[in-house]
Order: sequence, then C-alpha cells, then structure tokens
Amino acid sequence: MLEIINLEKQFGGIKAVDNVNLAVEQNEIHAIIGPNGAGKTTLISQVAGELRPDGGQIRFRNEDVTFLRPAQRARRGLARSFQITSVMLPMTLLENVCMAVQGRMGHSFRFWQPTSRDTVLMESAMQALRTVGLEDRAENIAGEVSHGEHRQLEIAMALAMEPLLLLLDEPTAGMGPEESAELVSILQQIKGEKSILLIEHDMDAVFSLADTISVLVYGQIIASGTKDEIRANSEVQLAYLGETA
Amino acid sequence: MKDYLPSTLSGIAYTGVIILLAVMPVITSALGQGFYLDIFSRIMILSIAALSLNLLIGYGGMISLGHAAFLGIGAYCVGIPVYYEIYNGWIHLGLAIVASGIFALVTGAISLRTKGVYFIMITLAFAQMVYFTFVSLEEYGGDDGLVIVLRSEFGNWLDLESAVVLYYVIFFVLLLTLFFINKLVKARFGRVIVGSKYNERRMQSLGFDTYRYRLVCYVISGILCGIAGVFLGNFTSFISPEMMGWTRSGELIFMVVFGGTGTLFGPIMGAGIFILLEEWLSAITIYWQLIFGAILIAVVLFGRGGIHGLLTRSKRR
Repeated sequence: MLEIINLEKQFGGIKAVDNVNLAVEQNEIHAIIGPNGAGKTTLISQVAGELRPDGGQIRFRNEDVTFLRPAQRARRGLARSFQITSVMLPMTLLENVCMAVQGRMGHSFRFWQPTSRDTVLMESAMQALRTVGLEDRAENIAGEVSHGEHRQLEIAMALAMEPLLLLLDEPTAGMGPEESAELVSILQQIKGEKSILLIEHDMDAVFSLADTISVLVYGQIIASGTKDEIRANSEVQLAYLGETA
Repeated sequence: MKDYLPSTLSGIAYTGVIILLAVMPVITSALGQGFYLDIFSRIMILSIAALSLNLLIGYGGMISLGHAAFLGIGAYCVGIPVYYEIYNGWIHLGLAIVASGIFALVTGAISLRTKGVYFIMITLAFAQMVYFTFVSLEEYGGDDGLVIVLRSEFGNWLDLESAVVLYYVIFFVLLLTLFFINKLVKARFGRVIVGSKYNERRMQSLGFDTYRYRLVCYVISGILCGIAGVFLGNFTSFISPEMMGWTRSGELIFMVVFGGTGTLFGPIMGAGIFILLEEWLSAITIYWQLIFGAILIAVVLFGRGGIHGLLTRSKRR
C-alpha cells in the first residue's frame, strides 16, 4: 500500500527524518511511536505531501508520489488528520464533513444545485458523523464544540474521504483518558477495513490498535515489529518505553 | 450556511428594499423627483459591482483593491464601439464579458499566487496599469474621457434612452445577479470557495486544488463587474479613466464592508447607503468627505458585520 524508501528531511543542521524505511500493508494499522521531537509529524507531513523530502522516495500503490501536491495525493486516496485540529471553524460540523465528501466526489465546479439538497452528499457526511458519534452535533459550529469533539471531527473528515490509506497524526492529542478510550473504540470499528498509518503518544491506544509498530528516535527507526517484539525490545525500552513508563 | 440566510428582521428589511426598488420610478415621478431615479440607477449599478466584489472579499477572502478596473473595462466596451458607431448592445455586452473575463483570467492567474497584503498590492497594480493605459489612449479621449452619444441598442422593444426603461433593465440585471450569487455560494463550488477562506491548507488536504477554484471565482467576479460597467457606461453616457481609479476600487470595498462582508444582500445596502450619504452630505457642506470619513470609521469600528450585522445582531467575531 505505502512504501517509504530512504526518506530524508533536514531542518538546518538537524536531521528530522534520517534514512527512514517503512511499509504499510493493506488493511494494516501501522503505528509509529517515539519521544517528542523524534520526527513523527515531519514524517507524516512528507507522506501527506506538505513537506518536500530532501531525499528518498514515497510510493503509494506502486506509484511514485514523492513530488505530488497534497491535493493530488488526497485524490489518489491518501487522507490525513491533523495533530493540531485543523478544520473550518466558522462552519458547522456537517458542513466540514461535507467538504471532505465533496473532495472525494470528484471536481466541485458545480454552480447550481445547493449542497443542502444533495442527498448523496448529505447522507455520506451524516454517516461519517455517526461513525464517530457526532450525529447530534451536526448543526453545531465547529468553533464552538469541545476539544474532544474536534478530534472526533478530524477523524470523521478523514473517514468521509473514504481513503485507501488513513494518516492519523496523534488522534488522541490533548484528550482525557475517557475521551481517548472512546476514540480508540471508534478506531477499533474500522480496524481491519482500512490501511492506517498512526502516530500516537498514548501507549494504551497504540498497543490496542496497532498490528505493526515502528519506533522513531531522532529521526531514525530503531525498531519495527509486532507488539510483542516491540515490548520485548531492550533498545526500545531504554530509548522510549523506559522513560515514560 | 446559516450565516448567509437572512434572519427574520434582515429578511423583512431586504424584501422591503427590493419592493422599494421595484416601485421607485412610480414614486419619483409622483413626487416629481426625477433626480432620485438617477441616484437609484447608480446605486443598483454599483450594487452589482459590490456584489461581485463581495464574492471575492466576503465569500472567498480575496481582498482585491483593483475591482474598479472591471467597471472601467465594461464601460469602455460600450464607449469604444459607440465611437466607431457600433450601437448594438449585445455586441457591447459580449465584448465586456470577453474582455473582463480575459483580464480576470490573466491577472487572477498571477495575483492568486500571492496572499494577503501582496494580493492587495498586485490587484491594485494591475488596475493602475489599465487606468494608465486608458489615460494614454488619446484616440479615445485619454484623460478627458469619451462621450457616449447613443446608448446601447437591444432592439426596438427596449429603448435605453428612456431613463425608466434603463432603470428597470438595471433592476432586472441586479435581481439576476443576486439570484446567481445566491445559487453559486450554496452550491458545491461556493462551499469550496468559502471553505478555502477559512482554512486553505485543510481544503488542500481534502483534495481541493484551491488555486483553480479561486481563479474561476475571480473570473466570475470580474465578468459580473464588467457587466455592471456596461450599464455604468450607458447610464453616465460619459466614460473616463477616472471611473477605474484605485479610489473607486476603495469605494467598492467600503460598500462591501459597510453592508456586511460575506452576506448575500449586504453589498446592496452598502452601495445604497454609500451613494445616499454622498449625495446628502455633499449638499450640506463642501467638507462632506470629512463627515463621510468619520461615519465610515464608526461603522467599521462599532458596526462589526456592517449593516447586515446590525440587522441580525450577529454574534460572529
């Protein structure tokens, strides 16, 4: 599905992403963990196309997408959610999700039919909101709902794009344990149906969701494997799990 | 979407304005105030221009300081053919649509590569280029302008030489523009334009090539304003480069802000109050611009959301 080959990114003298190799298989959840500043968001931004790599290649479904713009990648089936909620704040939740559905439905050079009477569009958007449990909040303005609901909205928008690969950048960022658990259960529902590249800090979330885990430290993948392999890896324990646990 | 649907009070006010405009010729002739028919013709022409600019500023977040160039282009598309004794109005209209469309496409393609203050400056620069081009065209009067001896001819059934007929044609075009923009902003295209104003990066990550959508929006807006220019040329029967100077563009922005940016009807209210204030104040004192300036500042400072904001008591920031 997704292949990252020898990816490099430098900021000044610092190698934020240093020769990273990674693959996400069909319908697999591949989690990337690592301490703050390890380069996780830099990595996902390169996969989404917002940052140009300094070297290496990104292949999506056997196509080289390294130099495609974010919108082009989105149209090929790559959807991302943002670590810091990035939505259209003055619009309602439903309108936000509608934008995502519209993006998936081909071009939007349609000047006549009101979107509010477009039942296919509206129904798909409501479906995405239902999946994340926000159907009751559909008519609320995005700028006026809680942080947790923002995070759910991020997921709903990513899902509404019906992507082939979902890039989730810390979906539980800033959430309390309860909200976090709720979000994990939402993601459990789609586990096995979607290919997901997941960046996450919450270890409970990672270990309950991921099929494969890679550990990123100072821009380098120091370990990659199943949950048990990662748990047992002494290098990982030293570099990461040991520090937080 | 709710933000653009007028709530009750504003809805009543706007319906009232439309009805008032529809019967204005009757009122002015009954009162023997033919002068006001001219005023309201001008208000409606500038309303069309302001509506088109609102599509950029209000819905699209693209602050253009060169929109009057389209008014001028439209007007010269009447003036120059008339100079060569071509009076067919459909030709004028067609020329205006093509000329303003091409101008919008070329300048928009370049301007939209920039953002914020750079966009403002570059649209201003393009408009000034057009301004000075027409100033230097001695054949068409240069600085002094050009008299339009006969108004556009749309056939025997429609005689624009009659002030009332011209008034109703402009009124009809204004209604069409309003209807068209209302459709546009609620359709998929309009939602993408609004979404890109709020969060362009996110829209791109959703798969939208925001630049292309904005460019099409810019062209639509330019053409609408070019059409307004055709009627401005016909109405004044005299055109000069002055009508596309940058202060004219500034006035259009004021009308939009005055009425309430990003609201369907706001620009019409803005244009109306702008022109009426200009008329009334200039009758009181020659220093009217001083008072006018103070009122503008007050509206911007205290009347957030413009007239539409006052009517809806909007809580939007």
